[in-house]
Amino acid sequence: MAEEKYKFILFVSGMSVKSVRAVENLKLICDAHLQDRFDLEIIDITKNADLAVKYQIFAIPTLIKVSPAPLRTLVGDLSDTPKVLRILDIA
Amino acid sequence: MIKKSKQKAESKFTFPKTPTGVEGLDEITEGGFPKGRPTLICGGAGCGKTLLSMQFLIKGITEFNENGVFMSFEEPIKDLALNVRSLGFDLNQLIEDKKLVLDYVRVERSEIDETGEYDLEGLFIRLGYAIDKIKAKRVVLDTLESLFSGLDNEAILRAELRRLFYWLKEKGVTAVITGERGEASLTRQGLEEYVSDCVILLDHRVIEQVSTRRLRVVKYRGSTHGTNEYPFLIDETGISVLPITSLKLDNEVSSEIVSTGVKGLDGMFNGGGFYRGSNILISGTAGTAKTTIASYFAYEQCRKKERVIYFAFEESPQQLVRNMKSIGLDLAPYLKNGALQIHSSRPTLNGLELHLLTLRKFIKEFAPTTVIIDPISNLITVGSEHEVRSMLVRLIDMLKLHNITALFTSLNKTGDSLRVDIAEESVSSLVDTWITVRDMEGLGERNRGIFIVKSRGMSHSNQVREFIITSKGVDLLDVELGPNGILTGIARKSNQIRKKAKALKIQSELEWKDREIMRKRKALEANIEALRNEFESVEEELNLLKSTQAFSAKEASINNNKVKTKKK
Repeated sequence: MAEEKYKFILFVSGMSVKSVRAVENLKLICDAHLQDRFDLEIIDITKNADLAVKYQIFAIPTLIKVSPAPLRTLVGDLSDTPKVLRILDIA
Repeated sequence: MIKKSKQKAESKFTFPKTPTGVEGLDEITEGGFPKGRPTLICGGAGCGKTLLSMQFLIKGITEFNENGVFMSFEEPIKDLALNVRSLGFDLNQLIEDKKLVLDYVRVERSEIDETGEYDLEGLFIRLGYAIDKIKAKRVVLDTLESLFSGLDNEAILRAELRRLFYWLKEKGVTAVITGERGEASLTRQGLEEYVSDCVILLDHRVIEQVSTRRLRVVKYRGSTHGTNEYPFLIDETGISVLPITSLKLDNEVSSEIVSTGVKGLDGMFNGGGFYRGSNILISGTAGTAKTTIASYFAYEQCRKKERVIYFAFEESPQQLVRNMKSIGLDLAPYLKNGALQIHSSRPTLNGLELHLLTLRKFIKEFAPTTVIIDPISNLITVGSEHEVRSMLVRLIDMLKLHNITALFTSLNKTGDSLRVDIAEESVSSLVDTWITVRDMEGLGERNRGIFIVKSRGMSHSNQVREFIITSKGVDLLDVELGPNGILTGIARKSNQIRKKAKALKIQSELEWKDREIMRKRKALEANIEALRNEFESVEEELNLLKSTQAFSAKEASINNNKVKTKKK
């Protein structure tokens, strides 16, 4: 089963505690379940405020799963691993 | 930073404020919203929160040169722009000019999942980004509470909101936050706990099928403010608030006289008319020609090239013009050349406050020198006595401030003559001049009488004058005094006839006497003639006698001489 690549955008703000934790949590999940089947883009909105407007970001950290469809938005530091897996539809 | 702003406020005597540019609101808040602090505007659905905050931003840009950011949580930018477009605000132009930033924050519960701890840094950054982009001084957040419906973690939200308000203060922007009215608290989510500098409550209330919007300043930290509920109006130019008692009694007075338009009525005032800028009440029962007198006044003012605005609560403009034409008063040319404006509406169309605001608006736009309201008593059908009185006080205050001569008519209820009418009672102490027109019944007919009840600062006639309306207009008749007072109508006529008969009688008597004397003179003259004749005849007789005697004496002397000679 040719699996589609996962594309994530993670919005963080600088090096805030929650942002760093979110990056760590996401990396753990991806390494454990998706190995090389993912693209991760991390956007620091303190430097790219216009992107925050574009992607309708108000909470930090926010993870957007761009593909595969459907598009999902996850708010929080991704510490609730089972919930993250369920929402991202990762086995 | 917070400490700093507090110190700043303390060091100054006047609390720094940001004018809202909303008509009337600045008067109530004595200068506007607290500068550099958040203000909460709360109210139920559809009471004008968004509009008020939008107007605050737009006026800031257009009138005070302060750029603004509008962050909407409810309506997309397109909808917002369209909504206020109908009020004459072109948001897109302002955005293009880099004076306004609209940011729509979409919080959709179905699209969001919470997976741990988060904060609202995104919101802060977006807001900060927008503020910095145009150097905004004013910020509106409409309605923050949408966040509560989109996100579950209330603890985080509350902490973040608290942080947001501090952050806004730190930024030095004057912020307006709108909130939906809650059942027990001012806002559903208790936003007032966080925004405690200034809270404004909007209300939309229906009393006896008439809706009135009201505004109240619930709190204003560090400043005095009007505490009452103030009615406000939303119309094609946005919101305007009407302060109830913003005026002091210190308006300028004029001693110029304006004519009443009715010649005889002018004569009843010592000064020859009303003072300019005074207010006049014409009260009377139905059909006593109050409107006619009011129209005369309007006509006279137009004739003198003044601007008149006529609010008719009973007749349409066309009807008024037609009716006045029937008594020889042609208002149409003045309507045409713009000197006269007639506004007709049913009193029940609006609440009292709205009426007042509409009057105020027209007066402001048209800048008349004379205002006629015909009749004010009809407004009473809309509100209670207290409301009517307070409205009229404000109306009169406003008119006085602009030095506008105002004429009100008031319809009295017939029958109960002992009790003063509400309208009359509520205005009589406010007006400067009070003219009453009344029916005078008797001898099987009804006549109109007019008299002056009071006229401040001017002596006036104390007579009840009868007046008649003919196809040529109104005419005040001269006073006809009878044995029991002033006479009108038939009594006047019969008195006049009686007087005429009396005069005739005297006249004929005089003539008769004249003739009598003539006769007497003639008789006398005849007598004189007769006497003279008699006298003459006697005289003649005497003369005859005298001459005969003289002749005989002569004869005798001649004879004597002859005898003497003979004897010689």
